[in-house]
Amino acid sequence: MGPFLDFNPFDNLLCILLGISFTVWFTLLLVFIIVPAIFGVSFGIRRLYMKTLLKIFEWATHRIERGAKDNNHLLYKPYSNAIIAKEPTSLEEEINEIRRRGSNRDLDSASEFEMSDIFYFCRRGVESIMDDEVTKRFSAEELESWNLLTRSNYNFQHISLRLTVLWGLGVVIRYGFLLPLRMKNFLSEQVHLMCYRICVRALTAIITYHDSENKPKNGGICVANHTSPIDVIILASDGCYAMVGQIHGGLMGVIQKSMVKACPHIWFERSEVKDRHLVAKRLSDHVEDTTKLPILIFPEGTCINNTSVMMFKKGSFEIGSTVYPVAIKYDPRFGDAFWNSSQFGMVNYLLRMMSSWAIVCSVWYLPPMTREEGEDAVQFASRVKAAIARQGGLVDLLWDGGLKRGKVKDTFKEEQQKLYSKMLVGTQEDRSRS
Amino acid sequence: MGSRASTLLREEEIEEIKKETGFSHSQITRLYSRFTSLDKGENGTLSREDFQRIPELAINPLGDRIINAFFPEGEDQVNFRGFMRTLAHFRPIEDNEKNKDPIASEPLNSRSNKLLFAFRLYDLDRDDKISRDELLQVLRMMVGVNISDEQLGSIADRTIQEADQNGDNSISFNEFIKVLEKVDVEQKMSIRFLH
Repeated sequence: MGPFLDFNPFDNLLCILLGISFTVWFTLLLVFIIVPAIFGVSFGIRRLYMKTLLKIFEWATHRIERGAKDNNHLLYKPYSNAIIAKEPTSLEEEINEIRRRGSNRDLDSASEFEMSDIFYFCRRGVESIMDDEVTKRFSAEELESWNLLTRSNYNFQHISLRLTVLWGLGVVIRYGFLLPLRMKNFLSEQVHLMCYRICVRALTAIITYHDSENKPKNGGICVANHTSPIDVIILASDGCYAMVGQIHGGLMGVIQKSMVKACPHIWFERSEVKDRHLVAKRLSDHVEDTTKLPILIFPEGTCINNTSVMMFKKGSFEIGSTVYPVAIKYDPRFGDAFWNSSQFGMVNYLLRMMSSWAIVCSVWYLPPMTREEGEDAVQFASRVKAAIARQGGLVDLLWDGGLKRGKVKDTFKEEQQKLYSKMLVGTQEDRSRS
Repeated sequence: MGSRASTLLREEEIEEIKKETGFSHSQITRLYSRFTSLDKGENGTLSREDFQRIPELAINPLGDRIINAFFPEGEDQVNFRGFMRTLAHFRPIEDNEKNKDPIASEPLNSRSNKLLFAFRLYDLDRDDKISRDELLQVLRMMVGVNISDEQLGSIADRTIQEADQNGDNSISFNEFIKVLEKVDVEQKMSIRFLH
């Protein structure tokens, strides 16, 4: 009994302290998170949190830069900004320019082929090796400033004690406080809209909805750019949608199955997806019934890293109902929402999301669009895509998001070859005429 | 992804690459991050598949020839040094380099070396001569199926006829230089960096 006597008073105190703090914590939880979520009310706390975080990030970046300068280290600069200057000249213009300046013959006799023609292809090829528009869209966007998350830091050296302490504090807060808080919330929700709202709170998502008068109505199709599964939560917490998508395995599959019970969503087997007519029929059936909720579709077909919008697959634009475009843009400073499905699985991704600082994003509801006379599905899709890209400040790319996993089609190379051939053969025709 | 970049490239290596290629410190670190992002196997070298994954390169008619230029004879992997050495050919020629000491070894981005890079794109078997066959093959790559064999043949013949000076029916490197002496090689085979 001897040794135990010493511990007893401490023990009691510890227990009492723990008990009190737990109760306090729980009450805070209830008051500040669950109750407002039920009533859809918000305190300004999250915005304040956001502003404070931004100031801290700026300070942190300053310290890193100053520290680097003092120690004469060179800072790693993110390369997602353009490395090289690319001239937007076309194949014809450039080759003609090379020929004009370098030809040994006089200008009258137009030449068919010059050995210098190769320079154009050569330079373009090496330019694309140094920096291309597509491959960088499939990896997380790199930030100029540091947001105190190790996962987005490339200069991780102990530059100053204060910075390290701040980072340490950040880790403690995020993993010890925010994460468990959010996990508790995540596991305890039941009802559909309320549960989405709690999710939104759980992720400390600060979402700004613009132009809500254009919100999708029943019998329409809602189309948005895709960055992560959180897009769904964000849109669904501001309106009811019927989702379309592939049935996934694992955690996502379980979530999908439970959602079907609450609301009539449209899930497909992977094999059915290949049969485009079947998909189109199911979608148009759903859309014709005007009592049914608007369908939510992500036409890119895969998650892109939120710096650009890639090719929209024309399937959803062939159906012929009103399309309500929505642009979603995340603020990458608070936590990168991009899900690189070839790199992490769902659980890993959720963990990262829940231990970021916050999810800050803007949602713009664009005015509804319909297919015009004489416009085919592909042109319509490009029009909608351009509108979304313009609103969200994203780069509008013609490339297919499928390039994340697959190779580019040969037809594009054949186009280039055809262009060049026209140059060679075209001049011959001129010759025979004169 | 990004966090590995600066830790794996040591200062001494950067200095060596700087001396050999003439790139600046920041250009080297940027290109290193580009190298690591292309290196899907994460083993410090790039294979031909890694290059072919770049869509803009895959649709370039001479894409395969350009990729080949990175790999020395008989090898299938290129490390960062080799990568930089090849890219160095496309560094713009700066004014202070033009009047350099002629005894010092020629920089990788000299006019002559740029022309050599282009010459090697044509010279498929690396025997320092562009034969009629080789020229035909490269032409075929550039035009695809859009021009007939006869037409292409006559283009090749005409080109060799005009360039060949010693009558061996193929184009040597010196003859190549002569044909292109008026072309602004320095500008057309240079890529400008933004930093």
